[in-house]
Amino acid sequence: MEKGSFQVEVIRKQFPAIHQQVYGKQLVYLDNAATTQKPQAVINRLTDYYTNENCNIHRGVHYLSQQATSAFEEARNTTAKFINAAHSHEVIFTKGTTESVNLVAASLGKLLMKMGDKVLITGMEHHSNLVPWQQLCKAHQGELLVARLTDSGETDLNHFAELLRQSPKIVAVTHISNALGSINPVREMISMAHQQNIPVLVDGAQSVAHMKIDVQELDCDFFVFSGHKIYAPMGVGVLYGKSEWLEQMPPWQFGGEMVDQVSFAETTFNQLPFKFEAGTPDVGAVLGLATALDFLSEFDIQTIAKHEQKLVENTINELKQIDGMRLIGTSAKRAGVVSFVVEGIHPYDIGTLVDKMGIALRTGHHCAQPVMTRYEVPGTVRASFAMYNTAEEVDHFVATLNKAINMLR
Amino acid sequence: MTIKEIQEEIISEFSAYDDWMDKYNYLIEMGRDVPQIDVQYKTNNHLITGCQSRVWLHADLKENKVFFTADSDAVITKGIVNLLIRVYSGHTPEEILEADIDFLDQIGLKEHLSPTRSNGLLSMVKQMKLYAQVFKLKMNN
Repeated sequence: MEKGSFQVEVIRKQFPAIHQQVYGKQLVYLDNAATTQKPQAVINRLTDYYTNENCNIHRGVHYLSQQATSAFEEARNTTAKFINAAHSHEVIFTKGTTESVNLVAASLGKLLMKMGDKVLITGMEHHSNLVPWQQLCKAHQGELLVARLTDSGETDLNHFAELLRQSPKIVAVTHISNALGSINPVREMISMAHQQNIPVLVDGAQSVAHMKIDVQELDCDFFVFSGHKIYAPMGVGVLYGKSEWLEQMPPWQFGGEMVDQVSFAETTFNQLPFKFEAGTPDVGAVLGLATALDFLSEFDIQTIAKHEQKLVENTINELKQIDGMRLIGTSAKRAGVVSFVVEGIHPYDIGTLVDKMGIALRTGHHCAQPVMTRYEVPGTVRASFAMYNTAEEVDHFVATLNKAINMLR
Repeated sequence: MTIKEIQEEIISEFSAYDDWMDKYNYLIEMGRDVPQIDVQYKTNNHLITGCQSRVWLHADLKENKVFFTADSDAVITKGIVNLLIRVYSGHTPEEILEADIDFLDQIGLKEHLSPTRSNGLLSMVKQMKLYAQVFKLKMNN
């Protein structure tokens, strides 16, 4: 299929929420790493579902239930295809990245971890890909190994290799840091871990909307992401896992849908993917996710990546002109976010003032407190980009930032 | 002036600013003038939790009146603390405990009262009242 051409002005028309004023100023939405806005097609999909199709799935024999079930399973196929999974049943729908990581930590943890065992992560993980592993290690009186970061915000691969020699049972790494923007060389890290047969989970929350994801090419054992950061509704996430792992892993949550036969004495569990999907899922959000992935698939994701890359580069170049500017995360391999502090000014003050001028940014520790500690900052200001942002918005943001800094100096 | 009168004074000062920028410039100025907490009290014990920035608060009782000092690493936060200090400082514990604080609403800083941000602000008010409560108990003993 011929991919649609990428024209940002045309794309912008499809996102109603970005066309609004806040405090009487045109909104510039640069908080996409927290959540992206939704295209009209996704909004319509939710409305359609609740208007015409709402029904519980995999249960009823009646018409609506069958329709909803087949749409839900079609969404699984769409998702599998989007990340190039070998099989649809390798895609488990969850509430989000956090739940996906917790599922793997609990279930794979049960399968692999013995007393004193270790898990290896990097120093740039979001709390969601840190705390579940830390708690798993604690429960086994083991140790959480953390690969150091370099001053520019990259994982120190020598240290990573060194820690691998301590034979952790699981490796969990983020694909792109939400606080620094650095891209981890996950393919290389996965092949390093696989030389010792250690399974690897990749946290793709910040990468999935910004680059082509091919889980077979990466050869990751698990890949997790959230719908709401890829133009889809909140409340839905994905856990991709290789069949060979998912088949062996015990169920995590118990309840309806994930069972085969139940008596008071015994229960046998359903097959993949259902054994990991206890309870009624957010069907509407899952269908919305499929619509968002279809929407993105209309474009060549490389073109989107290039567009966003240009915005990131423009932002960095313009920020560098500002007195007292310190970029947090200066890796050359980066995407999506630009994080910074301005000497003598608290991030919260900047965030408060630019908000008043219509710029939506994030300030704080970005749920990555150890990263803030590593770079000795209380928090940062973070601008993060999506396909609908423009070069004019970057200019406007930097001009506004300068105004705020002048007020605060 | 009573706590109520001070609040009215602040409301009338703010009503002179129709531009948000003037309002915030004023807050920033207020932030730079906050009665500085003594370094010895700038410890974790004096830290108010729930803020996006760090806020330290201390209080002394002089001639039965409470005087607050504070600091924060964010200047806008400091401005807001200073507004609260201006309202509460120099009053008896009893007066502080009985006072209703509604001026923040009326000067258009209501967003600082939203549950997410103003955990911090509400915690500040709570902490100030707590100091008053403790002083009141001490005075009655």
